[in-house]
Amino acid sequence: MNSLPSTLNLGLQRGKLEIRQFMRQRESVVFTLLFPLILLAIFGSVFKDTIAPGVTFSQYFVAGMVASGLVNSGFQQLAIIIPVERDFGSLKRLRGTPMPAASYFIGKSLLVLAGMIVQVILLLAGGVLFFGLNMPTSTSKWFTFAWLILLGTATSTALGIAFSVVPKSGRGASAVVSPVVIILQFFSGVFFIFTQLPTWMQQVAAIFPLKWLTQGMRSVFLPDSFASQEVAHSWETGRTLLILIVWLVVGLFFSIRTFKWERA
Amino acid sequence: MNVIEVRGLRKSYDGIEAVAGVDLSISKGEIFALLGPNGAGKTTTVEILEGFRARDGGDVRVLDFDPQVKGHDARVFRNRIGIVLQSTSDAGDLTVRETLHHFCGYYSNPRDPEEVITSIGLAEKSSSLIRSLSGGQRRRLDVGLGIIGNPELLFLDEPTTGFDPEARRAFWALIRSLKDGGTTILLTTHYLDEAEALADRVAVINRGKIIEISTPTELGGRATSLASVQWESNGEMHDELTSEPTSVVTRLGKEFNGEVPKLSVHRPTLEDIYLEMIGSSKGGSE
Repeated sequence: MNSLPSTLNLGLQRGKLEIRQFMRQRESVVFTLLFPLILLAIFGSVFKDTIAPGVTFSQYFVAGMVASGLVNSGFQQLAIIIPVERDFGSLKRLRGTPMPAASYFIGKSLLVLAGMIVQVILLLAGGVLFFGLNMPTSTSKWFTFAWLILLGTATSTALGIAFSVVPKSGRGASAVVSPVVIILQFFSGVFFIFTQLPTWMQQVAAIFPLKWLTQGMRSVFLPDSFASQEVAHSWETGRTLLILIVWLVVGLFFSIRTFKWERA
Repeated sequence: MNVIEVRGLRKSYDGIEAVAGVDLSISKGEIFALLGPNGAGKTTTVEILEGFRARDGGDVRVLDFDPQVKGHDARVFRNRIGIVLQSTSDAGDLTVRETLHHFCGYYSNPRDPEEVITSIGLAEKSSSLIRSLSGGQRRRLDVGLGIIGNPELLFLDEPTTGFDPEARRAFWALIRSLKDGGTTILLTTHYLDEAEALADRVAVINRGKIIEISTPTELGGRATSLASVQWESNGEMHDELTSEPTSVVTRLGKEFNGEVPKLSVHRPTLEDIYLEMIGSSKGGSE
């Protein structure tokens, strides 16, 4: 008797399968991946002013778009798709096989990461070509960008899997999940300049990861001189790292403890 | 050692006993059918054996595992069983071949996916997306996914619901070939003819309890039950219950001196016996 395939190997297989499945839903592929760029086009055309020396609104907005891309492709997508898979019975079928839960989770993370990478490339290319976006120049900023994408993907995926138990059915999932995301986006300074929001909104936003992802992305896309205009007069990179890790642990904990494979 | 060994199994939902003390022993290589009306406790029993549900009481061994096993042992357990659930309807953006090849990778000793595709009769559909399959074809894919891991024990929950008669026959042949290969099969079904065609033994379950376990031909005293001989005479139908229908027919042949009008001999089908058993155990509450 051969031994069972490893959890990681099966996770990679799941990831390949998830991506292939996603790619076959053409309409949603185009819309999902281009959405951030479409929003940039809208906001970039409406708000043409400069918000600080050398910082256009588009530049500020790109940071918010990358950050909310992480929330959309991880948290929002998974918290909507997983209840649908549960309704279809595909999760129960997987539960009856020797594939471990961790492989399923790894597969979902890879799906989110792949979507995220394509989205970011499209957004940044479109930004540079059409909206005068300045790309980060220093290696340290690219390094921050890379770990923010990776950690942000992991955290967002874990929270999406954890939150997937909240919608009672696949049909109602979008109505439950989308408002959470949209409110968080408004509170976290994705659409508006964070420091211009009411203090209570800033304080609520500071509990959740999106505010920190957005701020982290600003540290990548805005000049360092802009840090003095943040709430804490600094990028707070260390604190961002810490808070994202805490949310990742919270998400993993609930994913493992409360995940539901079948409809109640 | 029996493949399935159940003693005193109990399970309640909100204080109502769905399974109220079930005993079962199923030996290797057997096709065992579990019959019962909706809500009788069939699905609950099977899902406890599959490891989907926790039991409230009783002893359960499946392939010498407690199906509630967790962690790595759960993988080892599920590596040796195959489950065909009642209804699964994936979004279907993968082809038959992709799906079977992918599931094949979950197991330590899988069957050849191409062979499985042929055995479930989907060779011509192997490159089609699942969403384009008919209901019966999807069901056959479900079975393919149930057997891809080369299981020692296969659970089939109402496998042929929605099949046309021809597809049903083809499916039965597939199940028999699995049995010939040594697979033990636990089948739940609504179709009594299916149980009769496939099962070595059947159990009738109602209100969470096993009423009887027997072979399909002997269930409910069927083998020894009376046959009914019906015929017409003087414009009136006659119906005689007898243990010797041949002599009744011979007698009638002499009486009529030739053809007996509207003659029929009827032995109780498995369905007749089953309905009688279910009816008498219901106690008029439903």
